[in-house]
Amino acid sequence: MPISEWFHKKEKYTQITPAIEKRTIPDGVWSKCKKCGEIVYQKELVNNLEVCPKCDFHHELSAYGRLHLLLDDGKFKEFDKHLLPADPLKFTSEKTYLESLNQSQERTKLADAAVNAKGKLNNHPVMIVAMDFRFIGGSMGSVVGEKVTRAIERAITDKLPLIIVSSSGGARMQEGIFSLMQMAKTSAAMARFKETNLPYVSVLANPTMGGVMASFASLGDVVIAEPEALIGFAGPRVIEKTIRQKLPKDFQRAEFMLDYGQIDLVVHRRDLKETISKLLDFFVGETE
Amino acid sequence: MDFEKPVVELEIKLDELKKLPLAESPEITEEVRYLEEQINKLREKIYTNLSPWEKLQIARHPNRPRTLDYVGKICTDFTELHGDRLCGDDPSLVGGPAFLEGKRVMVLGHQKGKDTKENVARNFGMPHPEGYRKALRLMGLAEKFKLPLVCFIDTPGAYPGIEAEERGQAGAIAENLVKMSILPVPVIVVNIGEGGSGGALALGVGDRVFMLENAYYSVITPEGCASILWHDETRASEAAKALKLTANDLLKHNIIDGIIDEPLGGAHRGFELTANVLKKILMDNLIELKKVPVQKLLNIRYERLRKIGAYKES
Repeated sequence: MPISEWFHKKEKYTQITPAIEKRTIPDGVWSKCKKCGEIVYQKELVNNLEVCPKCDFHHELSAYGRLHLLLDDGKFKEFDKHLLPADPLKFTSEKTYLESLNQSQERTKLADAAVNAKGKLNNHPVMIVAMDFRFIGGSMGSVVGEKVTRAIERAITDKLPLIIVSSSGGARMQEGIFSLMQMAKTSAAMARFKETNLPYVSVLANPTMGGVMASFASLGDVVIAEPEALIGFAGPRVIEKTIRQKLPKDFQRAEFMLDYGQIDLVVHRRDLKETISKLLDFFVGETE
Repeated sequence: MDFEKPVVELEIKLDELKKLPLAESPEITEEVRYLEEQINKLREKIYTNLSPWEKLQIARHPNRPRTLDYVGKICTDFTELHGDRLCGDDPSLVGGPAFLEGKRVMVLGHQKGKDTKENVARNFGMPHPEGYRKALRLMGLAEKFKLPLVCFIDTPGAYPGIEAEERGQAGAIAENLVKMSILPVPVIVVNIGEGGSGGALALGVGDRVFMLENAYYSVITPEGCASILWHDETRASEAAKALKLTANDLLKHNIIDGIIDEPLGGAHRGFELTANVLKKILMDNLIELKKVPVQKLLNIRYERLRKIGAYKES
């Protein structure tokens, strides 16, 4: 704070704390921060990469938002867009799986919870997968598993560094055993990728849990997490129920996982591109 | 188990009848024969029409044979090895070399207990990361000494606990998936009871995957599924149905290669028989797989996983 500001007059009106909870927020104009509860102008939040300007909490970033953030001039070539989810188990609960899919597709304009693309990151050509948490919690069913596998295979064939930005509650329940087996499929593809000398940078956005974390997300040569991202295998509620104890407040957060040696770096969203770029400089040498 | 009650009631009646002082009399002998017939009929009726939830009760039955029961029965000289060389030894996952009909193999499996005390010691068959890392180490030995790998799956899931997360449960499972997918020896997997999610799959990548008739294999426990869908664990039987987790379902979806029959009522009602069938299947498949050159074996294993998925292409 510059010294001149010390002598600023205090504003002469009383601030009234608005009854935030009761106020309805018009869609698309205002957003409420999930952490501090502050009402933020939607545009400001978008300009700030979905990071709360008040408390720095990293909200979910859409898959395309992620590609724009990381790829030069926001330009990329998308792959595997034609893969669409099916309903192999004819899964019904209160809402059928197909209804959930339709709703998510309408809301997000995505076919499923991941987008594959090729682009440049500070001039490094890269293969990238961006997951989208808004689509049924970013859960991995057959489409996500297939897309990740194809991205890995394409990175091997085209000799490209691989970046996967995960954001997922885990395997998709509604596809049952098919979802579980996507863990094995993506890991098998990753085994082949690991036989090359190409780098894989895994980025964990809030949250990266369950079957996604127990397969490709934890297999990065370098694993980067966004601040406060929830990372782990079992969800905190399941753990609390099992051990019948309250968990520490920062449990499974990125900073906690860093302390326990489970990830390499915690990086603010605004520095993410530069950090990955620097790692690629080390691992693939100079760009032209 | 609830659905067994009618049989149990008849069995009690039969026992009482047999104990009567006049048990030798023709009328009572006739009655006994009649009752026995009824019991067998009822058994067949009940056990051949089990719902997924009822099968799951058999898969979780306290008397169900465990990994070490099968290993003790079908292998010789099993030598259990211990520890992950990083932090500890996990008794909920066991492994070591053994002979199967004189052929060398490496055995791995989840291990539950026989009673409460042993279950506590074995954490109800729910491994920590050190269990999976011990498995990874033994897979390395299998590779080095060219021992085919035989894995027994029987776990409610990887343990959801604080220390498990601190020590990287997710990463430990992922590393096993990677290793198993490229392990240059034949790998046969048998799900003998509970196939609980990623914690089961961490021993589940192989060239052949079998399930016992009443075993289940699922992405999430029915209780967990019901609690997420309806916030009500008591609706687990509905979830069990929706998840399509029985051996028949998995065979239908081409996830597994075959089902190993169990005696009426479950493996615990005829352990010897079950173990013998299991042994024969292991032997037959090991002989087949050993003929396949390693690189071809690995390619087929990859393709097997590669094609799993249900999606549409527009």
